[in-house]
Amino acid sequence: MNESQQLVARPQVTAAALPPSAPKMTIRNLDFFYGKFQGLKNINLTVAERRVTAFIGPSGCGKSTLLRTFNRMYSLYPGQRATGEILFNGRNMLESRVDLNMLRAKIGMVFQKPTPFPMSIYDNVAFGVRLYESLGQRDMDERVEWALTKAAMWEEAKDKLKQSGMALSGGQQQRLCIARAVAVKPEVLLLDEPTSALDPISTAKIEELITELKSDYTIAIVTHNMQQAARVSDFTAYMYLGELIEFGETDQIFLKPKRKETEDYITGRFG
Amino acid sequence: MTEHTHRQFDNEMEAIRSGVLTMGGLVETQMARAIMLVEAEDDRGIAEEVAADEQTINQMQVDMDLACSQIIAKRQPTAIDLRMILTVTKIVNDLERVGDEAKKIAKKAGQGAQHSRLAQVQSYEVARAAGRAKDMLQLALDAFARLDVNAAAEVIDLDDEIDSAFSAILRQLISYMMEDPRTISPALEIVFIAKSIERIGDHAKNIAEAVVQVVRGIDVRHATAEQIRAEVSEQ
Repeated sequence: MNESQQLVARPQVTAAALPPSAPKMTIRNLDFFYGKFQGLKNINLTVAERRVTAFIGPSGCGKSTLLRTFNRMYSLYPGQRATGEILFNGRNMLESRVDLNMLRAKIGMVFQKPTPFPMSIYDNVAFGVRLYESLGQRDMDERVEWALTKAAMWEEAKDKLKQSGMALSGGQQQRLCIARAVAVKPEVLLLDEPTSALDPISTAKIEELITELKSDYTIAIVTHNMQQAARVSDFTAYMYLGELIEFGETDQIFLKPKRKETEDYITGRFG
Repeated sequence: MTEHTHRQFDNEMEAIRSGVLTMGGLVETQMARAIMLVEAEDDRGIAEEVAADEQTINQMQVDMDLACSQIIAKRQPTAIDLRMILTVTKIVNDLERVGDEAKKIAKKAGQGAQHSRLAQVQSYEVARAAGRAKDMLQLALDAFARLDVNAAAEVIDLDDEIDSAFSAILRQLISYMMEDPRTISPALEIVFIAKSIERIGDHAKNIAEAVVQVVRGIDVRHATAEQIRAEVSEQ
């Protein structure tokens, strides 16, 4: 670094100050189609391991679509297809031979609306684990406690594990869903608007949780709340009309984005 | 710049932006009056006007800071908006300090520092430096109004000129004082005036640096004029 670079201070980037991170998922030349409509256009980006990557953009920009390609959620619907590459642990997840159940065990997902199953809190958390592992009662108890603790739910739930998950408040239900996703020990967590149905306190708890979870997991979050993206993420991707407009360190994007389109969006000058 | 979806946000941003220019205009007038006192015969009326301006400027500083805090609290500004608001608070602070310096100049000049023979000899140099400082301030405010980084770089260059004018005045006064100790008292008064002028140049430079920060998102407060020129000419 020469002297002139030192004296002209540019925004400091905390993501770069964290220990170096390997790429967890590498997306290359990704196109996505809903029938004839192209929902994603040539997306290229890297999701860094044990970091939070946020996807922002107006409705219909393709951010949720992109998140759904990461665990091939779209395969549930006919007429939807993706081309290109999503490299995860060195393998292209878009190949037809990929075991979707195993993929979704590795890449868990939490949706906008809390989706507890109509069963007890305990069974909600144990449900996914039973699909992939056969644990004894004691191990399962431990796993449930561990997952609820990770999701900052254990203190609230430990005395009512047999009660229905549906009886919890919205914020608790969402943390239960996070516990359920964490219980199968995934490598990546996909959060699709995880707090848009929640009150500010529940939102704050989930954001705090995201920050804690990133020491063990790679997290990708779609959010309409730009301040949330600014608060919780290390990297931010701005998308518009199916294209990735700008991708960079969150601290840089929210202080001095490189593209005018990004600046207009994050400052509320959109449309 | 495209409008915000919230029109009210635009109005609030425009209010602080034009507030800076109004406050700047007032500070310029105050300086012009202070310069008149340096140049000309004593005029009690002008000195009082300068003091009254100062009150208004202080009130504007308080109001502007409040307006900026309210926008931050209500709008959670980011990127260009955030940089603009932070810059406005800095500029308002600098303008208030310029107001203080102008008041000091007027006070010293009005108090009769100008009656000495020495002051009459020096008044041309001092008024010229004060005029340059005022030009600098005006250019800095223009740079802010137009968000013009080239004009800002020009202001930063001009600061060297004011600094050398100050050194020159100081050197001359030191010669007088060494020759005749009776000139020490009036010479010190003039030193204070010259020092205030030099500080006004520094504040104008701060404003110009803040403009670079708004437009480019880089902090050039500790860079040299050459580095700033190089940064500004990029792109």
